[in-house]
Amino acid sequence: MKAIINVSLKAGVLDSQGKAVHHALDSLNFEGVEDVRVGKQIIMQTSHTDEDKAREEITQMCEDLLANTVIEDYEIELVK
Amino acid sequence: MKVTILQFPGTNCEYDTQHAFEKLGATTEILWHKADEVPADTNLLVVAGGFSYGDYLRSGAIAKFSPVMKAVSAYAKNGGKVLGICNGFQVLTEAGLLPGALKRNENLHFISKHHNLKVQNNNNDFLKELNNGDVVNIPIAHHDGNYYIDQEGLKELQANEQILVTYCDENGAELNPNGSVSSIAGVCNKQKNVFGLMPHPERAMESILGSDDGVKMLEGFLKA
Repeated sequence: MKAIINVSLKAGVLDSQGKAVHHALDSLNFEGVEDVRVGKQIIMQTSHTDEDKAREEITQMCEDLLANTVIEDYEIELVK
Repeated sequence: MKVTILQFPGTNCEYDTQHAFEKLGATTEILWHKADEVPADTNLLVVAGGFSYGDYLRSGAIAKFSPVMKAVSAYAKNGGKVLGICNGFQVLTEAGLLPGALKRNENLHFISKHHNLKVQNNNNDFLKELNNGDVVNIPIAHHDGNYYIDQEGLKELQANEQILVTYCDENGAELNPNGSVSSIAGVCNKQKNVFGLMPHPERAMESILGSDDGVKMLEGFLKA
């Protein structure tokens, strides 16, 4: 089972990179951009076949290492 | 006085730190991160600056799982004195030994220059040689030095006198180079035996090289 983990700064924590990208898009005259957040994506191939077990283990990975929960949120997407 | 200095793959300030403390008369030992204990005669444990594990994932995120970090946590929990400089500060926040986190600098630049710091609280075992309100000139060199803590955490830091140094101008007025909450440059834990700061006092040991204000700071770190 493949896991796609998205990590981004929490709402309320200033995202300077997102702000800079937003500013650059405005400079390029793209219209309609309201907010930009820059995060990171971790793509993981696992040997799991059970979705619940996979989610449980990857949640632990996020809490321990993949995200710093003081400043970041994470989302886990499992792809069969 | 024995100073033990941690070395991870990618640490690059361990020899400067060693030189600085030896200049003040301390004996030193550089401890490779595979060690599973802190030398028993250690009086001060320093997590030196650099780019441990290439700053991969996040600064300090991988170093916190090095074998030696279990011993560092145990040492700190027993009241041992721990100092984290720059990347060392990042490692200590990642390891949960210090509150908050270090984000990318607000202007997204790597900032490397001399900066003034204001002593906010000397009521601890680190800054005894300085007075509250003193301004010291200490170099900064970081990409992820933007200190973040939520409002509740900030109130707690203030109430417990855990904010030890903040960024300022030469007259002591607040001047924030990197976007840190309340211009915070360094904090300690509640028990006041673990201190982390982004600036490099070990690089301010010779007036001919720009500043020797680091001497007073380091002398304070060596006091029991």
